[in-house]
Amino acid sequence: MSHPVQAAEFLQDAAKSKWHDETLWFVRDKRDKISHTIPEWEQLRELASKIKDNVLGNLDTYLEDFERNASKNGIKVHWAKDAEEHNSIVLSILQEKNCKAIVKSKSILTEECHLNPYLEKSGIEVVDTDLGERIVQFLNQPPSHIVLPAIHLKKGDISKIFHEKLHTEEGNEDPTYLTQAARIHLREKFLGAKVAITGVNFGIAETGEFVVCTNEGNADMGVHLADVHIACMGIEKIIPKREHLSVFLRLLARSATGQSITNYTSHFRSPSAGRETHIILVDNGRTAQLGRETFRNSLKCIRCGACMNTCPIYRRSGGFSYESTVPGPIGSILSPGLDLKKYSTLPFASTLCGSCTDVCPVKINIHEQLYAWRQEITKAQGTSGKSLSMKLGNGIFKSPLAYKISGTLMRAALKTLPDSLIYNPLNSYGKSRDLPELPKESFKDWYKINRG
Amino acid sequence: MKPDSPHIALFIPCYVDQFYPKVGIATLELLEKLGCKVSYPQGQTCCGQPMANAGFERNTVGTTRHFIETFKEYDYVVAPSGSCVLHVKEHTPAIPELEKEQAELHHKVYELSEFITDVLKVERIDGSYPHRVGYHASCHGQRGLRLASSSELNEKPFSKARKLLENLVGLEWVELTRTDECCGFGGTFAVTEEALSIQMGKDRLEDHLVHGAEILTGGDMSCIMHLQGIASRNKQALQFKHIAEILNEAIS
Repeated sequence: MSHPVQAAEFLQDAAKSKWHDETLWFVRDKRDKISHTIPEWEQLRELASKIKDNVLGNLDTYLEDFERNASKNGIKVHWAKDAEEHNSIVLSILQEKNCKAIVKSKSILTEECHLNPYLEKSGIEVVDTDLGERIVQFLNQPPSHIVLPAIHLKKGDISKIFHEKLHTEEGNEDPTYLTQAARIHLREKFLGAKVAITGVNFGIAETGEFVVCTNEGNADMGVHLADVHIACMGIEKIIPKREHLSVFLRLLARSATGQSITNYTSHFRSPSAGRETHIILVDNGRTAQLGRETFRNSLKCIRCGACMNTCPIYRRSGGFSYESTVPGPIGSILSPGLDLKKYSTLPFASTLCGSCTDVCPVKINIHEQLYAWRQEITKAQGTSGKSLSMKLGNGIFKSPLAYKISGTLMRAALKTLPDSLIYNPLNSYGKSRDLPELPKESFKDWYKINRG
Repeated sequence: MKPDSPHIALFIPCYVDQFYPKVGIATLELLEKLGCKVSYPQGQTCCGQPMANAGFERNTVGTTRHFIETFKEYDYVVAPSGSCVLHVKEHTPAIPELEKEQAELHHKVYELSEFITDVLKVERIDGSYPHRVGYHASCHGQRGLRLASSSELNEKPFSKARKLLENLVGLEWVELTRTDECCGFGGTFAVTEEALSIQMGKDRLEDHLVHGAEILTGGDMSCIMHLQGIASRNKQALQFKHIAEILNEAIS
């Protein structure tokens, strides 16, 4: 299905879509308030953007540095060119350890690779330990937002799911009560898992360590209880030095949720005695995106989700309307690089309002890339009805006479056609909007008479 | 500005020409009242934005060439539209053999309110307009041309339009909850994403109505046409005017 169809469906439930819009606007507003308390906020964004420019320009070197330093620290480094390789590396480690149940903290990369269904097919129980992710996992849904995975659900929905899955009291919607039930349930899973999987927010080339940010401490809980830690990292998550980390940490949580910092910012440098740490460096289309000059800086993304919270489209259409792992504006510039045809409506799911670009902590020119993807998509689609009408448009607008004739005809036609035809269901502009009242003359006509 | 001063070309967007001649007239009269020598080059058509935003920038070579030919001789080009000005500056294809003229044009094309504040250096407009006015900041003017501070950025608040409107005697500036959220017009978006476009428009109107706006104004008639169309369909009592109409009425 296309984005407009999904969006229209989401909007059918007017009360819920309004609630969704207001909830995410609240997060955006929190982000505004806290970012305004940092006088050097705009310099921080500029600095972060430049550090990422340097990273993308020297990614090969930094990755090799990272591999060398991480190996020295006793971390086992793996390389995966795509999702399939990534998943099979994870599975082979699990098989080697004879592990049948794992816990996993939030990792959008593993969503992108569809790791859960892959492992489940091999008989492995995967438990997502982030509360929001666990909720959507119970429903067999993907996250609808990269930071707030269950933002499309209300308290009542969660109460129902927990009643069914965790046998909480029917109708009890108290968040403290429900969270407590989740904690008890997850504790069991933490204790039973030999292997813990986490994502990676930052990999530091200089030291070979990596950093994982969570609010729930679930990454730490999993890793510290398990014998083996597997960290899955997209290759663009590298930063050169540890001193650069503070720039990103100051931006990340403020942009994401309006907090000054995530509750847990955990550094993993080397495994404890008798334990193993693996890191899988995943390409999965990133090198191809790096090679597209117009779109390469989409790889600066630190996955804060601020562009989703600010996007007037995302807030009113929900994350699932994008049908891509990363939804919202950033998803709409990343996904076409993975499958142009499948995601062809996403760059058009925007008014090019530019709010995403201004909110982005690493200054990705998101709305300009949406515009640029539109040009690529129409080229790939070849000659269509729309393309012909656009060529016709150029023919009219390059000739003043043709423009004048078509304008006069249009105004005349709109005046004489019955409303039933103008407001035909096929003419979706007029479906819920009146057209302007038509003047008797154009400005050009007026000018000729009055000033000509 | 004196009558023998620079020659200004009026760039009237195609849909303003066809649907809102009164906005073109107000723009012309306003600039004349401010002492400008203004001409309207009659060969002008459209800037090509609808095609480019739909993904067909490559098909706007003829339109862009015609635009440059029409306006290259003038000292300034002024339009009552942030959106069309942004398009001319940022989204027109490079035209062979007119590179110099094209580059110069990008520096001399202005949206109306920024031309008044930045080129004419008008600090205040003396006039009266006793109404409660809600301002809809078009995204292309706001974040594209930076005609006002953006709510996302940590910068000193400013608004070129507000500076011009606020001094009018009796004008009450309506503060909105979401100062610069998109109205949902978005050109072809209004048709391809019709459901979202309408909802976004309804939400913007609601913000103006709950804060007691009597007149909704802005720098882009495209946003206003969309909002007015929804308000009219839903019988909402709100008037709509382009900022040029308000300023022109206020001075006279």
